[in-house]
Amino acid sequence: MTELSQPQPTKPPRSQWYDVWDQFRQHKGAMMGATLFFLIVAAVYLGPYLWDLDPTKTAIRERNQGPSLAHPFGTDQLGRDLLARMMAGGATSVSVGITAMLLALFLGSFVGVLAGFFRKLDGPLMRLTDLFLALPLLPLLLVMMLLFREPLNAAFGLERGIFILIVSAIGITSWMPTARIVRGDVLALKEREFVLAARSIGTTNTRLITRHILPNVLSPIMVSATLGIATAIITESALSFLGLGFPPDFPTWGRLLFDGVDYLQQFPERVIWPGMAISLTVLSVNYLGDGLRDALDPRIRGR
Amino acid sequence: MKLKALLMGAIASTALAPAAFAERGADGNVSIIYWQAPSILNPFLSGGTKDVESASLIIEPLARYDENGGMVPFLAAEIPTVENGGVSEDLTSITWKIAPGIKWSDGSAFTAHDVKFTADYCMHPEGGCAQLTKFEGVTSVEALDDMTVKVTFDKPTPFPYGPFVGGESPIIQKAQFENCMGAKAPECTTENFGPIGTGPFVVTEFKPNDVITMKANDNYRDPNKPAFATLTFKGGGDATAAGRAVMETGEFDYAWNLQLAPEVIQQMQAGGKGTPVAGFGPLVERIMLNQTNPSPDLPEGERSTAKHPHPFLQDPAVYKAMSMAIDRPLLVEIGYGQAGKVTCNWVPAPAAVNSDTFSCDTQDIEGAKKLLDDAGIVDSDGDGVREKDGVPLKVVYQTSTNAVRQDFQALIKEWWAEIGIETELRNINASVFFGGDPGSPDTFQKFYADVEMYANTFNGTDPQSYLGNGLCDKAPKPESQWQGENISRFCNEEFDALHAELTKTAGADARAEIAKRLNDIMVENGGMIPLVHRGRLSAHSNTLGGVVLNVWDSELWNAADWHRIK
Amino acid sequence: MLTFTIRRLVLAVPTLLFISLVIFLLLELAPGDPMAQVPLTVPPEVKEKMREALGLGQPLHIRFWKWIVQFFWIEPQVLIDHYFGTTLSEGKLRVISWQTRSPVMDIVVQRIPQTLWVVGTAYVVAIIIALPIGIYSAYRQYSWFDQLGTFVSMVGFSVPPFFSGVLVIVIFSVQLGWFPSIYDTTHVVNSWDSFVYQLKQMIMPVMVLALQITAQLSRFMRASMLDNLNQDYVRTARAKGLSEYVVVMVHVLRNSMIPVVTVIALGIPSIFGGAIITEQVFKVNGIGQLLIGALQANDLPMVQTLTFIFAVLIVLFNLIADVLYGILDPRIRYD
Repeated sequence: MTELSQPQPTKPPRSQWYDVWDQFRQHKGAMMGATLFFLIVAAVYLGPYLWDLDPTKTAIRERNQGPSLAHPFGTDQLGRDLLARMMAGGATSVSVGITAMLLALFLGSFVGVLAGFFRKLDGPLMRLTDLFLALPLLPLLLVMMLLFREPLNAAFGLERGIFILIVSAIGITSWMPTARIVRGDVLALKEREFVLAARSIGTTNTRLITRHILPNVLSPIMVSATLGIATAIITESALSFLGLGFPPDFPTWGRLLFDGVDYLQQFPERVIWPGMAISLTVLSVNYLGDGLRDALDPRIRGR
Repeated sequence: MKLKALLMGAIASTALAPAAFAERGADGNVSIIYWQAPSILNPFLSGGTKDVESASLIIEPLARYDENGGMVPFLAAEIPTVENGGVSEDLTSITWKIAPGIKWSDGSAFTAHDVKFTADYCMHPEGGCAQLTKFEGVTSVEALDDMTVKVTFDKPTPFPYGPFVGGESPIIQKAQFENCMGAKAPECTTENFGPIGTGPFVVTEFKPNDVITMKANDNYRDPNKPAFATLTFKGGGDATAAGRAVMETGEFDYAWNLQLAPEVIQQMQAGGKGTPVAGFGPLVERIMLNQTNPSPDLPEGERSTAKHPHPFLQDPAVYKAMSMAIDRPLLVEIGYGQAGKVTCNWVPAPAAVNSDTFSCDTQDIEGAKKLLDDAGIVDSDGDGVREKDGVPLKVVYQTSTNAVRQDFQALIKEWWAEIGIETELRNINASVFFGGDPGSPDTFQKFYADVEMYANTFNGTDPQSYLGNGLCDKAPKPESQWQGENISRFCNEEFDALHAELTKTAGADARAEIAKRLNDIMVENGGMIPLVHRGRLSAHSNTLGGVVLNVWDSELWNAADWHRIK
Repeated sequence: MLTFTIRRLVLAVPTLLFISLVIFLLLELAPGDPMAQVPLTVPPEVKEKMREALGLGQPLHIRFWKWIVQFFWIEPQVLIDHYFGTTLSEGKLRVISWQTRSPVMDIVVQRIPQTLWVVGTAYVVAIIIALPIGIYSAYRQYSWFDQLGTFVSMVGFSVPPFFSGVLVIVIFSVQLGWFPSIYDTTHVVNSWDSFVYQLKQMIMPVMVLALQITAQLSRFMRASMLDNLNQDYVRTARAKGLSEYVVVMVHVLRNSMIPVVTVIALGIPSIFGGAIITEQVFKVNGIGQLLIGALQANDLPMVQTLTFIFAVLIVLFNLIADVLYGILDPRIRYD
């Protein structure tokens, strides 16, 4: 018996995450998405160090200019440099978009998994979801601003206070679809054979959820994530427009897009830049998500 | 130049108008678009401009203001004055004679009893009438006979043309509204949606907040008018779309109140289907200066009240410097174009009451700096912001959400930064900002900011009650649920005394003289910084003739004369 | 399943009552004033009188109770009167809008046709386009068709209707002059020509809306199909010799429908809710425009009624989705 010794592994076992990374690296779409995303993030956060025009500085004689060397993206109706505004706006929009999306995703998946997995929680959690879906958005936001703006501003300062408020406002009002979608999938998954098998060997609920259920609902979550970023960026602009968001001299992509629409015929570039920026960000996150999903799926891995 | 030529063309075609049409209903359909949709056709229950103006096609007052602010009789035979005996010598009553032969659209005769009924309807204590100010000081309205109505006031009223004059105070039919008095007013949906009137059109269908279809009134007093058989009044959307529908696609004939950037208007005009027209009433875009301290450190209930005067905004050097740093011609050029003029006055119109004391059409940054330096308000700690008695000149500058206002905020913030005043900007949703909810910290009455920008105006041509907005006791305060029109909490004894004098003075010239002095006191003492005298910019299709833009009354005041240019 | 449905329907009543209370309190707490749109020239004393005339002076619980009675007791009577010619509701006060001083339900009924026409059509169009795109994209993952579909749907979803709507108006109404830029809600379809006009005025809003919904639906469809295409049962089905069409369209599709059904069930109530921005851009003046107008004017009875109807639809369609889960996957059990 003893001579049937196990063949000694020649190298230490590769961790699962190493495999995932390997798979991710070979995914063309994923790498493209990652590169694009990295470029966008770099441009909006590091760009201002290279292009140091003040995004709020007006120059009346230079207003409504088309793209030129001095202003590669042109200038707006007050002569503010659009490239600088795009970068400043991007820093806000990307961080709001990503944070709010993550928050909504976390809330949505959490509620969805709990409701789908534990029958006792299903009723109350889903009625809560119904309630949130039914609440009119605008009054809800107005109430949140009324109650929390001053305390948050006092605690975190003006900009950070508003950032926290906007991110939580968007997150709290957009987790419901994710929750319902995840719950639907979990309901079906938990009746599958592999869950039964795992349960029969005494797997705890927590492990069951994290190891078996969550990986299998990843793909709808990823789609929600991509769509969520776009929604968050646009919602932020709607909030600022209503006066519930950042102060008016704070550019964001959504706001630039909104302001540009009136000038669509004379200066189409004013809507093209922010529109393109939002679309590219969403596309890059989409590919990133696609790659991540494929990389995490052991059935595809190695094919 | 092009615009002027077109305007001349429009005037010329108006002059030739009678020749252009001869028959009622000969010109088919006319379509009007308002980007705010009418909710109700009874202006006594709403007060919104959209409702007053759409109703003005149907119901009419005894007299209207014309495009120059003069009065023209509509349902009255003539304008009563002291000279013709219509107004009593002691100025306590006015007697209107109704023009003979006027019929309601249902064919019944229009009488003095309808006029009296209208007054009773609006003055009913439970009715919640939006036009109650029109009847301020009225003790009784009597129908002396079928064609004569007498209005008596509680005290000598030098300007007795409040009731029944202008688009806000039309006459409704007694027979129709008899059962809709007071608390019952909201139950009369049919009546409120289709008032019987004397105007050129009658309602065929009213879809609230959407569209009104009308047809010509068969019983209109001029048998040849209106030239249009039907009228479509669409509401909703935004100013850009309305302008586009008239000037670029030609789908509509008339678009109301196009508050758009001058470049956008220009672009639309290049569409070649329509023409913008501008008119100037007393509307002024201004920055109100808070005379009291809005600091969030003060306890709730004392913030922005007379208990705590503002730490620096009452200093003449500060508010004068702030005003000098503003380049008003540039603001006009960027924000309003042909629909704006530079003004230094609170009351820039009618022309008779426009004061010429101040001049402010050149920006003077250096002068502003010098003024502050001389007053000893200097930057003592080197952070780029001046201090007065140790308090840094940092202001919160709020306004409603509106593209032009946000552009103004950006520019003014920069100019103030140049003279050493730091500005924090805020924009607030208009329905919260202009709403009077005492629970909200963001209303313009509460004024939890140092300066705020908005526009205000008055109806008609007499500024007396508008100037009353500067009276000390009209300041919003917690005791009055933050209601009150003296937004900047301006308080000046001389002003209050002079305003009391105005209420007793008769004679147009003497009144205008006092009005100018009141205006000067307000501006000189830093109650506000007037920025732009704003006009109304509307657009009409090139084939629509007879349009005379009127800012003193409803814009649609002469829709009976509109006709199709063939 | 039947007992489950009945139990849920019974449970829905207290849920909805609770939701209506929360909505009411939320609207009360939100800053705003029905007099916000009255011009500044109207003095505060007069505004105060107008507020009183609207019944704003009464305490909170009385106003809530009034709304409950009006909505659940008087409005149904009005409906019965309308259908059977009875006079049950005569002289009783209905839910009255503050803006128009007329019954809210009358306006809602007036608005439903254009919303159903435009938003409903957009939804149908979107479902018809999105499902095949999603299925085929997944089946041929990373083919040029899939890549194109991904690109178009992502761009379509990231471009908000306030931009895409104006863009198509500028192109098709202003430049080309093909379609009207303003929707005519009084238009009556009674002949071929009027039907053509109706199509013309619908096409732009429907396309703008459908683009957004398609983008969303096709992504979920694709993702879910991808999950299932690699499952063992698919291999089994293929091994059994089933045709590729049967494998994909019967076995995989049915198992992939759960998230899609959820998304559609979440979307159908929003057909009633209207598409606020799209309706505004094209002046469709449907329910969405009614809601945003009421919000801006702080017309609380209108907002309360609209959001409550919306809540009823949400609860109802989520229930339908739950029932459909059970049909699609019989292993899902609720009892």
